[in-house]
Amino acid sequence: MALLKIDNLSAGIEEKELLHGVTLTVSTGETHVLMGPNGAGKSTLGYTIMGSPEYTVTGGKILFDGEDITEESADQRAKRGIFLSFQNPIEIPGISLSDFLRNALEEQTGTRMKLWDYKKQLKAAMEVLQMDSAYADRDLNVGFSGGEKKKAEILQLLMLKPKLAILDETDSGLDVDAVKTVSAGIAEYRKNCDGALLIITHNTKILESLHVDHTHVIADGKIVAEGGAELVDAINENGYENYVGK
Amino acid sequence: MKQKTQVDDIDRERYDFRFDEDPEAMLASGITPEIIEEISEEKGDPEWMRKFRLHALEIFARTEMPNWGPSIAGLDMSNIVTYIRPKSRMNTDWNDVPTEIKETFERLGIPQAERESLAGVGAQYDSELVYHNVRREVAESGVVYTDLESAMHDPRYAEMIRTHFMKIVPPTDHKFAALHGAVWSGGSFVYVPAGVHLEIPLQSYFRLNAKGAGQFEHTLIIVEDDAYLHFIEGCSAPKYYEAGLHAGCVELYVGKRATLRYSTIENWSKNMYNLNTKRAIVEEGGRIEWVSGSFGSHVSYLYPMSILSGKGAHAEFTGITFAGAGQNLDTGAKIVHAAPETTSHMDTKSISKSGGISTFRSAVTVQENAINSKSSVSCESLMLDGLSRSDTIPVMDIRTDQADIGHEAKIGRISDDAVFYLMSRGLDEQRARAMIVSGFADNVSKELPLEYAMEMNNLIRLEMTGTIG
Ligand SMILES: Nc1ncnc2c1ncn2[C@@H]1O[C@H](COP(=O)(O)OP(=O)(O)OP(=O)(O)O)[C@@H](O)[C@H]1O
Ligand SMILES: [Mg+2]
Repeated sequence: MALLKIDNLSAGIEEKELLHGVTLTVSTGETHVLMGPNGAGKSTLGYTIMGSPEYTVTGGKILFDGEDITEESADQRAKRGIFLSFQNPIEIPGISLSDFLRNALEEQTGTRMKLWDYKKQLKAAMEVLQMDSAYADRDLNVGFSGGEKKKAEILQLLMLKPKLAILDETDSGLDVDAVKTVSAGIAEYRKNCDGALLIITHNTKILESLHVDHTHVIADGKIVAEGGAELVDAINENGYENYVGK
Repeated sequence: MKQKTQVDDIDRERYDFRFDEDPEAMLASGITPEIIEEISEEKGDPEWMRKFRLHALEIFARTEMPNWGPSIAGLDMSNIVTYIRPKSRMNTDWNDVPTEIKETFERLGIPQAERESLAGVGAQYDSELVYHNVRREVAESGVVYTDLESAMHDPRYAEMIRTHFMKIVPPTDHKFAALHGAVWSGGSFVYVPAGVHLEIPLQSYFRLNAKGAGQFEHTLIIVEDDAYLHFIEGCSAPKYYEAGLHAGCVELYVGKRATLRYSTIENWSKNMYNLNTKRAIVEEGGRIEWVSGSFGSHVSYLYPMSILSGKGAHAEFTGITFAGAGQNLDTGAKIVHAAPETTSHMDTKSISKSGGISTFRSAVTVQENAINSKSSVSCESLMLDGLSRSDTIPVMDIRTDQADIGHEAKIGRISDDAVFYLMSRGLDEQRARAMIVSGFADNVSKELPLEYAMEMNNLIRLEMTGTIG
């Protein structure tokens, strides 16, 4: 059964529709890539799947594990196992990364964790991502560099172990080594969880160590092409010329 | 997917409970010289104090009500019982505290742990101290921590009290200072001898428990040269339906190179008028550090003042104010630079919600002689909805051009993006908002001992979500 089924989804802001009838299916264990030119609607789709109140669904629906979640709030979706790594993670002053993540974990699992167990898990995950353990006590994303914020997103992915992870340009703005580290993080998630990935990216570096099952190309809020891993290479070579304005 | 901007109003059940007061213990309402005499006699005041009270009453009678802040028209002075006979006298052992009183404290989650981890507990129930315990090692270091009434009768401290009592907050200061001078009852006296560093904080827990009762406790702290003290004052009052008044007074004397940290978490029930006066005077090279969390009350007027009277003295004020529905909290801090090279820093946050009004007044005075002084003020307000108001009113009176003065004010709202970000990790909207607000308040919580920081975060969560835990 499909894990995520987006069925003819239209959504937008008050003034205008940004997604026009998007259909897309992701099953457990699969890796999907979502590509498209700037402003095509990739992030909008990610936010809409996550349940951002900024976007209103005007048509179609979103099913997760066979259930209609179109009207659910973001926290309900998170509890079902949907995770979004933000293109621009938000800074929250006064709350440490560690406290926040523990709260989120306890909220999602519904059980209290022993501080010691939690710290151990967190430390292990931070090691995978080569993050200095001091970051755990820093305010969530506050003053983190672009790359550090992305690592902190993947750290949350590793700790929260969602069924579906949407990674919105997690690789952009990373230096060569950081891309490798983040890739290792994604590999770790793959190893530990039987989850699904929907990766939004403009690069191929991050995909090198992954087996891509499907590629979707989005332009102007519509899916304009579908394919396998080869589509990524084709776009890399020729750009979006063939898909835009058609 | 509509976004809720409003969160539920507060369930204060844990904090708003009250045992029926004993009517016989209440003296007649209204404040007359006869009542003052009665209080004075009941307390066995020394003659100077009896006179002081009567004089303060005269000042009270001829002083106008403040006319510049939130309205206190709802306060019926003739209706306020100024003195309630306590059900128990001083206790030194927790086991001897009457059960009813113990229950009240226990429901507030105060007693055992703190008794162990903190040096002394002086909790005020109604108008007098009922429980007071200072660990032996504290006493052995020469530190005195007792209630002001006993200290006043102790030949070792009587003179010290006479020369310090209401000297930095004279009854002429304002109408409620005068009232305080006339009817004060209960409170703490702390004396830290020169050079003594008290590592563990001393704490007191004040609480009101009688309908229409006023609470007029007086705190007098003297920290001698080169000494260190952290004093924690916590307040919480149960709900009752007539106008309640709190007009306490805190006087802090900080000696040369001494440091006094004075932390407060106040949580008054929401019909209270909190007209409290706090003031510190700091000698050469000394430091006063205020940490203040103001919750509850219907109306508050609260502006702790630091007078930097000696060269190089320093004042620090870190505060947070939370105003919810029906609350008008007028708070702030005043710093007087009265000597050269004095420095001060204010870092305050105010939160308003559900129509609450929170006004922050900062007043910095730099006198002519206070050359090379430095002062920086930072005020941030957070309004949780469109109904609520937050204002910042900075007042500066700088009499020398050789001073470095900075002021920064910010007003904000909770960003929808931040709420969504937290929700996307599984926190529901209320928790997400509460978390953002707790984060906003962390200037204060990180200055408090852990258990108090947790209590404050619980208070914030309670104010935000209507539940605790
Ligand atoms: N809240 C909003 N208000 C107005 N316009 C918006 C809003 N959100 C998205 N848009 C518009 O919708 C379109 C799609 O934006 P989106 O962020 O989804 O693009 P994207 O495919 O993620 O682009 P990029 O590769 O640059 O990240 C853009 O034209 C953008 O300006
Ligand atoms: Mg994008």
